[in-house]
Amino acid sequence: MNSAIAIMADTPPQLLPARELMAFTLASHILLVPFGVALPAITLLMHYRGLRKGDPVALLLARRWSAVMAVQFAIGIVTGTVLSFEFGLLWPGLMGRWGDVFGLGFGVEAWAFFLEAILIALYLYGWRRLKPWTHFWLGLPLPLTALLGAFGIIAANSWMNTPRGFTLDAGGNPVDVNVRKAIFTPMFGPEYWHFVAGVVLTAGYVVAGVYAVGWLRGRRDHYHRLGFTVPFTVAAILTPVQFVLGDSIARSVFHKQPIKFAATEIVWKTDTHVPEYMFGRLHADGTVTGGLKIPQLDSILAGFSPDTQVTGLSSVPASDRPTATQATIAHWAFDIMVTIGSLLVLLALWYGWCWLRRRDLPRSPWFFRCAAVAGAACLVTVECGWITTEVGRQPWIVYENMRVSEAVTDTRAASLWTMLALVIVVYVLIFATFLGVLLKMRTRWRAADEQQGDAEAAGTPEGDTPYGPRRATAAAAPDHGSARGDGGAR
Amino acid sequence: MIQDVVAWVLLAAVAAYACAGGTDYGAGFWDLFAGGSERGKRPRWLIDHAMEPVWETNNVWLIFVLVFMWTGFPVLFQTVFTAMWLPLALAAVGLVLRGAGFALRKPMTRLARRRIYGAAFAVSSLLVPFFLGAVVGGLATGRVAPGTEASADAWSNGTSVLAGLLTVAATAFLGAVFLTADARRFDAPDLVHYFRLRAWCSLGVVAVLAVVGLAVTHHDARYVYDGLTSGAGLAVVLVAAACAVATAWLLYRRATGWARITAVGSVALVVIAWGLAQRPYLIPTSLTVDQAAGAPTTLRWLLLVTAIAIVLVGPPLVLLYRLDTSGTLQPLAENDLRRTAVNRDPAKER
Repeated sequence: MNSAIAIMADTPPQLLPARELMAFTLASHILLVPFGVALPAITLLMHYRGLRKGDPVALLLARRWSAVMAVQFAIGIVTGTVLSFEFGLLWPGLMGRWGDVFGLGFGVEAWAFFLEAILIALYLYGWRRLKPWTHFWLGLPLPLTALLGAFGIIAANSWMNTPRGFTLDAGGNPVDVNVRKAIFTPMFGPEYWHFVAGVVLTAGYVVAGVYAVGWLRGRRDHYHRLGFTVPFTVAAILTPVQFVLGDSIARSVFHKQPIKFAATEIVWKTDTHVPEYMFGRLHADGTVTGGLKIPQLDSILAGFSPDTQVTGLSSVPASDRPTATQATIAHWAFDIMVTIGSLLVLLALWYGWCWLRRRDLPRSPWFFRCAAVAGAACLVTVECGWITTEVGRQPWIVYENMRVSEAVTDTRAASLWTMLALVIVVYVLIFATFLGVLLKMRTRWRAADEQQGDAEAAGTPEGDTPYGPRRATAAAAPDHGSARGDGGAR
Repeated sequence: MIQDVVAWVLLAAVAAYACAGGTDYGAGFWDLFAGGSERGKRPRWLIDHAMEPVWETNNVWLIFVLVFMWTGFPVLFQTVFTAMWLPLALAAVGLVLRGAGFALRKPMTRLARRRIYGAAFAVSSLLVPFFLGAVVGGLATGRVAPGTEASADAWSNGTSVLAGLLTVAATAFLGAVFLTADARRFDAPDLVHYFRLRAWCSLGVVAVLAVVGLAVTHHDARYVYDGLTSGAGLAVVLVAAACAVATAWLLYRRATGWARITAVGSVALVVIAWGLAQRPYLIPTSLTVDQAAGAPTTLRWLLLVTAIAIVLVGPPLVLLYRLDTSGTLQPLAENDLRRTAVNRDPAKER
């Protein structure tokens, strides 16, 4: 307890608001990231299908998704710019000392992002006048630029986790910078692939979830089937892959950042035969309360054998490790992510099984209910993954090289609190409006579809249920009676 | 040597942002002063259509400036963001309001809401360049040095305020020139006249502010003043002035395409003149380019990445501006997003 007070006394008062501000802006921005990176890819896939098969419904979907992309990308650019300001406004110490060591990743990102902004403008505004295939080909590099941008950002973040590519001089300043080593640090590969798979499947599940709701409401036309199947298939294929990647990154953390691993698994004492806790709470004296204890499992997961020695938090001084609360936060975030990930694997297997057997979507409404919430659940895992990696690294901003408290700005805490309040108000307004705009788009499109599709639908209770008309197409003709309920199996 | 190259690239990025972002802010400036919702309808319509496809691209330059600062000159970045905390924080908030205001006002259907978002966009189009200009002005005075803590004095002095105002006036000038050209492109002769008049007026304001600036900076920012009034700095300033005068004349002749080029030239040259005047300092007279430079390996890589990126980004950027100015880029209309639109699908037109 004394050590905790000592740490508190050590912390400058502006640390807390600076941290909260960074956390809030990043947590908001990160929700848009999956769509910035993966929505273009999914849209292009649909676009390709539309052009290839001459399917006007696929093209309509691609156009609508690109209209969503336009708003989303604009908001993402805004929140992203704020982040680059915040590096200077909140963490001048980090950038001043380490900027030339790890900043290059951002350089790559900035150029990639620039290219993405150009291509997205061409794609979004090219629909009406460019030739169809020209338009498609101009859009095709978009996913690549997005991956390149992610490369830069993840390079920077993984460097903060496992800093390499420099030596320290007598004054503690980095010299002899080796850029290649600073970019390709040990955590880079695991983080990058985990991130890429994560964002693509998140975007896939979210988009599919929208049409899953429509499907549940009985809108079983070609439009909804296509809108669901394409993104869901992409996400379902990636889900088991992500499971393996997630396991591999956890093991990398075990090897490269043992203290972070100890925090995420709330391991207190270095030992073999370490039990795994599902949830539970770590206390400052090293005891764990609550949670589900599974003997030996942590050692087995970390090194495939119960004899594996796992480093505990108590192996380093209290000032060099996350506090009990921080460890508990990282642990919970990690466990929530893993739990949701495992459930998604089951969902993907369910889908795969039905597809292999019958070449058709599962019939159970429970499948679609799960699919409908999968997107939201994925967004939760994105937040959790980020919390795990950032909180688990505390108190370091550059792992074992610079504490967060050394990097923070000198600006008075009051200014930072004011700024935080201002940013929260502005962001809440922006995100609420953004959501409102999306809902309005949906309503307008649905109204348009209903007008054209099925006159009967207008004025019925289904009038205010989302997503498209219940159009009697040859592909799927719902009977109106069952459509009113929960859309049970036909 | 290599740090000088990086410093020039940084300056070029600042110049690019001043021109591309400046045009964009200028459009916002004229949006703010376009009058009530009825009177301002047509100018706002033009502003919306002209900006839409390119505004994101225009504003990405800022991210470059920041990245180049912290990777190439970490100490400069730390110093600027520590000493100039408040104006930069306000600029950041302004950027959020501006971007969100612009992106979200169009999908708004209710007039009242559209007004609120439009106002957020327009007001911050004025505030952001002011604060960024004030930061630059404050740096030029030499009030900031590595280790300087945040203080109001650094950015609320005469030079800073003047630099802020000058930046706003310059963006208004650029915006008006570009909108004049856009008005011709969108075939709106009344708006050609409308924006041409505003371009001339804002150019007049720029000129007045520049003269006032000479008096203010004479004592307050001596190093930069000397650099701008002698040698290479002066030569570039004179060329910039010539470009500005040429712009006014070209607008009179309705050569709007050429006017755009000279307008961009004048603003970019002023930025370059400022860079020349500051040599060899990044922050006069306390931090030289050499002192601030990051590790040489990083700088070499930074240039390599830049070179590769220019090859990759250049052609699409040219394509974007060409397609935009030729009117090929159009937003999707409601019709395109309706199912009825499938009957005239692009795929079937082939």
